[in-house]
Amino acid sequence: MDNIAGKKSGLTWAVHISVVLLVALWLFPTVGLFVSSFRTADQIASSGWWVAPFPSEQSIQLRTAAPDTQVEEGGLHVIQGNLFAEEGQAAADVSAWGTSARDVAAHAPGDTVDLGDDGRLTVQANGDYRLESDTELSGRRGERVFLTVTTPPEFTLDNYREILGPGNREGMAKAFFNTLTVTIPATIIPILVAAFAAYALAWMDFPGRALLIAAVVGLLVVPLQLALIPLLKLHNEIGIGKGYLGTWLAHTGFGMPLAIYLLRNYMVGLPRDIIENAKVDGATDFQIFVKIILPLSFPALASFAIFQFLWTWNDLLVALVFLIDATGETTVMTKQIVELLGTRGGNWEILATAAFVSIAVPLVVFFAMQRYLVRGLLAGSVK
Amino acid sequence: MNPALQGLLTIIIGVGGCIAYYFFSNQFLDKVLYPPSGPNAGRNINRANMIRPWLFLFPALFVLGLYLAYPVFETFRLSLTQRGAGFVGFDNYARMFGEPKFREAMQNNMLWLVVVPAFSTGFGLLAAQLTDRIGWGNIAKSLIFMPMAISFVGAAVIWKLVYDVRPVDQEQIGILNAILLGLGWDQPVTFLTVPFWNNFFLMIVLVWIQTGFAMVILSAALRGIPEETIEAAIIDGANPFQIFFKIKVPQIMGTIVVVWTTITIVVLKVFDIVFAMTNGQWKTQVLANYMYDKLFRANDWGVGSAAAMIIMLLVTPILVWNVYSARKEMR
Repeated sequence: MDNIAGKKSGLTWAVHISVVLLVALWLFPTVGLFVSSFRTADQIASSGWWVAPFPSEQSIQLRTAAPDTQVEEGGLHVIQGNLFAEEGQAAADVSAWGTSARDVAAHAPGDTVDLGDDGRLTVQANGDYRLESDTELSGRRGERVFLTVTTPPEFTLDNYREILGPGNREGMAKAFFNTLTVTIPATIIPILVAAFAAYALAWMDFPGRALLIAAVVGLLVVPLQLALIPLLKLHNEIGIGKGYLGTWLAHTGFGMPLAIYLLRNYMVGLPRDIIENAKVDGATDFQIFVKIILPLSFPALASFAIFQFLWTWNDLLVALVFLIDATGETTVMTKQIVELLGTRGGNWEILATAAFVSIAVPLVVFFAMQRYLVRGLLAGSVK
Repeated sequence: MNPALQGLLTIIIGVGGCIAYYFFSNQFLDKVLYPPSGPNAGRNINRANMIRPWLFLFPALFVLGLYLAYPVFETFRLSLTQRGAGFVGFDNYARMFGEPKFREAMQNNMLWLVVVPAFSTGFGLLAAQLTDRIGWGNIAKSLIFMPMAISFVGAAVIWKLVYDVRPVDQEQIGILNAILLGLGWDQPVTFLTVPFWNNFFLMIVLVWIQTGFAMVILSAALRGIPEETIEAAIIDGANPFQIFFKIKVPQIMGTIVVVWTTITIVVLKVFDIVFAMTNGQWKTQVLANYMYDKLFRANDWGVGSAAAMIIMLLVTPILVWNVYSARKEMR
């Protein structure tokens, strides 16, 4: 826009930097949890997730082999080997070493240090050492060596294996399937019911139509909190109780205003000619709806389907009230995660992984179908 | 029965049942009740066309009525009764207003109602304006929009990790405390238990989720601004800030209001975040969670329904305004 005036805005860089900052700010929390879900409990507890991609540096204390393994080589008494191998440690890079607790990083790898009576010690970067002495070495234990080592970054899939594996205590695998069981019928059925209603409200003439549309707009904002008690009572009275059937019905009801509103707005915009031509050719309303309107309305149907899917998948309140009974057999993932927050609040490896199992599906849907989601949002906000 | 199988069966029965209902009811109308032939063909066609809309509408109206309209009245009735005592007038409301927890929830909710829509809309506007000017704006948009797909519960876990606190002698694993200690604080902050301020740390979670929504809508509105107005402003020598605040913002004011009210409704219903992060402890109670407490923990349906009615009451102005503007648009 600024080019029109013939000069390039000096603000361009400021804009780029601000957007980078904004995106980083918005992404950081999620990335933190994502990274944490691939770390072991020890790693999570000992360092922040933001250092996970870097090699970590730590000080460890190891010993050379004991003096009774020394061999004589041309007048010298020698002990050699690999410090990590001596104590069964995983190999790592030595960045500095020392022999005194007061200065653990006194020497660089490859240095030879005179230890006086105890001989001369050389430690290489890979942990190989050589201790040589003119006199016979004595003592029961090997020489103490302090190493500063860098271990390469390490990620693991163990958390996911534990959470989703058979027989896990958190019940996430079961909850995953329960969530799916709630979500799919609760997404498909409202679409169909709403599509017919939307067609009637968009293209059929009958008294009271404007009033009904206004009522739908009004119901759009009615908080579902109001429905909890009356409907729970009703479900109990007609014998549905707590279970999938009631939950599907509830989700159908709560999603209905948005579905009708979105679909009607879209259908009204379809070209009048097509519909009138079909009528002239003798098509009934039912045929017009099934053969013309439904296929043409695909974008709007997809938008609503995504909304309803995200909403039912992420829902906690409706599941708590209408689905989960005392046995807990029908628990959903959001409920399990809340439970975990209470009982295992400190076990971030479990929590992060469980949360990510639940977040992953909506994220995939989101990135795959974002176009329709945006379109639906634009059509769905009352103007 | 296996729930997955039950689900599949429901889809088949539900979808099949719906299709069968629509198909056969139409067939019945056209073939049996008012066939468009015979001596009364004209009259029959008219009658069939009068009835057909209601066939299409009936299932939708039925669930709308049962699941949204009826509960409003039933909840109101319940809010005037007490279990065992029957009708008690506005007793429940009086008791509720006397409770410190309710007053706390009201105060916090008012705070939420101001802060969350304001910041979400503000950040959304900023993000929309900035991302529209750069090449990789769409990628940036989709990343800022992403939290929209994450459940409130998932977001609660994500932010609990951000706010995590460890004793001062241990390594901090929450990034906020790590930054604070890095900047020279001598004690880590327990973000979620410091009264009053912890409300804001909960609000940040909702702002984080809702900004993407605001950005998407406002970005579309910004693109819809006629270019002539901006060109004219540039020729008159307006700087980018003047263009934004004096030319663009006034033209999208209507959309800003829509975004603001939509987020306001989300705020009024916010339950999961508080439920999962603090459960209303440390003075972070909000109305929706208070209501849940009353209904399902204290088993006090009277007061719970009264709290639900308060939420309804707060939504009503927006409801009226929405209906009013929708009707105006239709004319």
